[in-house]
Amino acid sequence: MDVAVLVFLAILFPTLASVTNMAYRNNPNLRDSVTFVCAILAFACILGILNIVGSGISEEIVLTEVFEGLDIAFRVEPLGLLFAMVASGLWGITHVYAIGYMRGNNEKNHPRFFACFSIAIAAAVGIAFSANMLTLFLFYELLTVSTYPLVAHKGNAKAVYGARVYLAVLIGTSVALLLTAVIWTYTLTGTLDFVQGGILAGKVEGRIVPILLGLYAFGIGKAALMPFHKWLPSAMVAPTPVSALLHAVAVVKAGVFTMLKVGVYIFGIELLADTGASEWLMWVAAYSIITASIVAIMHDNLKRRLAYSTVSQLGYITLGMALATKMGILGGGLHIAMHALGKITLFMCAGAIYVATRKTEISQMTGLGQTMPVTFAAFGIGALSIIGLPPLGGSWSKWALIVGAADAGQLIAIFALMLSSILNVAYLLPVVAKGAFLKSDDNPCKGVREAPLFCCLPPAITAVGCLALFFWGGMLLDFLQPVVGDGHG
Amino acid sequence: MAGGTEAVAHQALEMTDHLPVLQVLIPFIAAPLAVFLGVRSLAWPIACAGAIASLVCSVVLMLATLDGSFISYHLGGWAPPYGIEYRVDAANAFVLLLISATAVVVMPFTKASVDAEIPKKDHTLFYACFMLCITGLLGVVVTGDAFNVFVFLEISSLSAYVLVSQGSHRDRRALTVAYDYLLMGTIGATFFVIGIGFLYMATGTLNMADIADRIAGQGDNRTIQAAFAFILVGMGLKVAIYPLHLWLPGAYNYAPSAVTVLLAATATKAAIYVVLRFTFSVFQPEFTFDTNVLYWIIIPFALLAMFAASLIAVFQTNFKRMLAYSSIAQIGYMLLGIGFFNLSGLTATMVHLFNHSITKAALFMAVGALVLRSGSTFYDRIRGMGKSMPLTSAVVVIGGLSLIGIPGTAGFVSKWMLVQAAFELGWWWMALLIVASSLLAVIYVWRVLEVLYLGDTAEGAQHKEAPMMMAGPMWVAALACIWFGFDTSLTLEASRVAANGLLSGNAGMAPVPTTAAGGGH
Repeated sequence: MDVAVLVFLAILFPTLASVTNMAYRNNPNLRDSVTFVCAILAFACILGILNIVGSGISEEIVLTEVFEGLDIAFRVEPLGLLFAMVASGLWGITHVYAIGYMRGNNEKNHPRFFACFSIAIAAAVGIAFSANMLTLFLFYELLTVSTYPLVAHKGNAKAVYGARVYLAVLIGTSVALLLTAVIWTYTLTGTLDFVQGGILAGKVEGRIVPILLGLYAFGIGKAALMPFHKWLPSAMVAPTPVSALLHAVAVVKAGVFTMLKVGVYIFGIELLADTGASEWLMWVAAYSIITASIVAIMHDNLKRRLAYSTVSQLGYITLGMALATKMGILGGGLHIAMHALGKITLFMCAGAIYVATRKTEISQMTGLGQTMPVTFAAFGIGALSIIGLPPLGGSWSKWALIVGAADAGQLIAIFALMLSSILNVAYLLPVVAKGAFLKSDDNPCKGVREAPLFCCLPPAITAVGCLALFFWGGMLLDFLQPVVGDGHG
Repeated sequence: MAGGTEAVAHQALEMTDHLPVLQVLIPFIAAPLAVFLGVRSLAWPIACAGAIASLVCSVVLMLATLDGSFISYHLGGWAPPYGIEYRVDAANAFVLLLISATAVVVMPFTKASVDAEIPKKDHTLFYACFMLCITGLLGVVVTGDAFNVFVFLEISSLSAYVLVSQGSHRDRRALTVAYDYLLMGTIGATFFVIGIGFLYMATGTLNMADIADRIAGQGDNRTIQAAFAFILVGMGLKVAIYPLHLWLPGAYNYAPSAVTVLLAATATKAAIYVVLRFTFSVFQPEFTFDTNVLYWIIIPFALLAMFAASLIAVFQTNFKRMLAYSSIAQIGYMLLGIGFFNLSGLTATMVHLFNHSITKAALFMAVGALVLRSGSTFYDRIRGMGKSMPLTSAVVVIGGLSLIGIPGTAGFVSKWMLVQAAFELGWWWMALLIVASSLLAVIYVWRVLEVLYLGDTAEGAQHKEAPMMMAGPMWVAALACIWFGFDTSLTLEASRVAANGLLSGNAGMAPVPTTAAGGGH
């Protein structure tokens, strides 16, 4: 089949799932099965695209021209393909998990929940394949709008407040800063296409480069660069499948993905490296990495701790872009996939613990490991991958980032990455250690059993995925090479 | 008229030649026809037929003027400047299209909401006034004669006062706001006619193109300056430029739903058009005065509207009132485009005229449906209606997103053009102000969405979806909001041609009109 058809189908299937969820609102089993089939088909489409395009770059697929020389258009390239694979591949797994979680927890409004969830996936795939900044912005905002009902899902005062913060930060930054940056870029260059080597090279100079980069970096609120990270902990009021897929994978990765795209295809790493315009961003990212890790240690609520861990890990990818070296970009790209699998495992485990025991605070989880061995084992593997230890996927991206930092001669960046690894150990491993090896005094295990199969199988699968990614790491690195040109960093 | 075939061909030609006047005449005749026929059930079909026929006229006119040319029609065969000239170029064809298309789309909605809100005995007169209002608006836009503008303005305004007062069947306060509207509108009209008087004094003519010819290069003439000031302030009242907006929230709030839709979608837009026409085609600031006049007068008021009115909208607890203040804020965007005085800016104004019109039409129709079911527009009475009225609430979502300017909606296109215009002037701080004010829109829109979707269901409301007669038109408008967010070939193209025409100043008197017009009663 044609790449264009497959791209449309990859966006269409999640959209279709959204429609069927609303249409079959009274038949939960049919609804959920159809969604699962759509997830499989969407992933199949993306594998089909991979099969045809490989790590090459496809033709542009134009839908309609909106402004002079500005289209709604798609184009497949390795970075986007990787992101699309991650988002849609994990959708099916998360959907299984979500069925177990939503039913196990007696959550309400399932049709609306799954409909918005599917639209969010469609938006994420749209972001992944966007051929220019306008298309990307369109899907970026669609993603914000479609995930808002998911955050507000519970409908209580806390959820409404969390959703307000979520919306205020994400819409606020994108409308005020990102849109300004995009239109500014357009008036400077007359185009917004993602072009190898960037479109701004030769069009801007001097102080404008770092200012414009700042508008982008802070405008992409989804990348959760401090101080615009507050929305992510706020979003944790959402049901856990949302936190798992959207706020560890689709939404946040859409943010850092956009960040990489802007760095590579709008500015071009040469422009950034030559002007040194991104050096300040490296400092901000390093600050974000360290501070968020420290904040994570102080949180006892497991989901909040994971949220701050995500803020910190997203900083890695922004850092990779800010380094403006080939290895930095590759490491950032790789980290999109590696962190996605690790973090989704952690979130799904947190949700499984909640379904089985209704516990949300880490201090209450002492000793649970004995009765929930699968969940805690998966959590342990995910945690080690986030920390970046071999033989798990996370070690590759961290290694690539450190090499990238060394290429750029930024000792501070290397130091930040190392320090953050230690902090990762400090906030992730105690959860496993307390759960698996300590015995609690008040015996919380009474009456507790492993979470339902639908809830503990998916994290087990993604944990195995973390392991598999270690062995595929070199392959992925080769796959991403064309993003920065052919030579090796 | 000898040969049969020749006669037919000749007549067909005449029909198209007469389009500019038919545009106005058809609804003008529909109004008394509905009354004099005396059959109540026929009033709405007649109004519908009139609206559709005038839509056809405006589509043909739009197509004829898209190439940048203009059509000059001499009313009664009297050549201008002595006779009245109707002059149609891309700018007013676009506004004509907007007004007549809105009239057609809201017609089914009007029927449903009039049946619910107005006693049966007044229906015939209501539709007559409705058509007169449309006649006036179309006339204001089509004419090329300054005094004629005033005449049509009064036709539309007087019928609008009556229409607003019809809200008194639901809430007696409609009478006082209609009275307010009458006073303010009349002051506005008086200022306007004084301005025209000054112009006549200075030039001895009332034809706009002729005036423009005669005042070119007379920028230091005090009479002309005073005329400009009077006209701008007078129209400012009609447009509801902040702080001349005081009549608007009340009138929108208490008028019958259908009237609010009509006024919000078309009346202020026609008034903006008059401001554009007088500023650019008649006074031509770059020849007559310094362009600084625009910068220093229009831009501050535009910014004031954008921020003050948006801020007021944020604190409203009544959906309809909130939308009214949002309209005032959005008028600020249109003024800002005028103030920029460049092609992109004027294009933004023209395109926002259109986009905001369909957005507000969708939203006010949704409000009308909510009123029908819940009996009120206050937030605490429409709480939780998202569940019982999913179709209507979805329209609020789409319209709201368009109001904010989220990509994929019509509102985004206008905002983009406006910000682009600011960057083209090198005013990056202005770009930031524009996006900052749209953040206020996020707040006031989201307040409503939270009320509709996240609130507990209010007591005492009927939990039923709106009837098809209402849901249909509002969805047409909502889908238009999405459609014109992607397909800008009509809106941006027409706006650009119109803006180009306006910026090139006066096209001059037309000794040889592009279309042979004239003759024939």
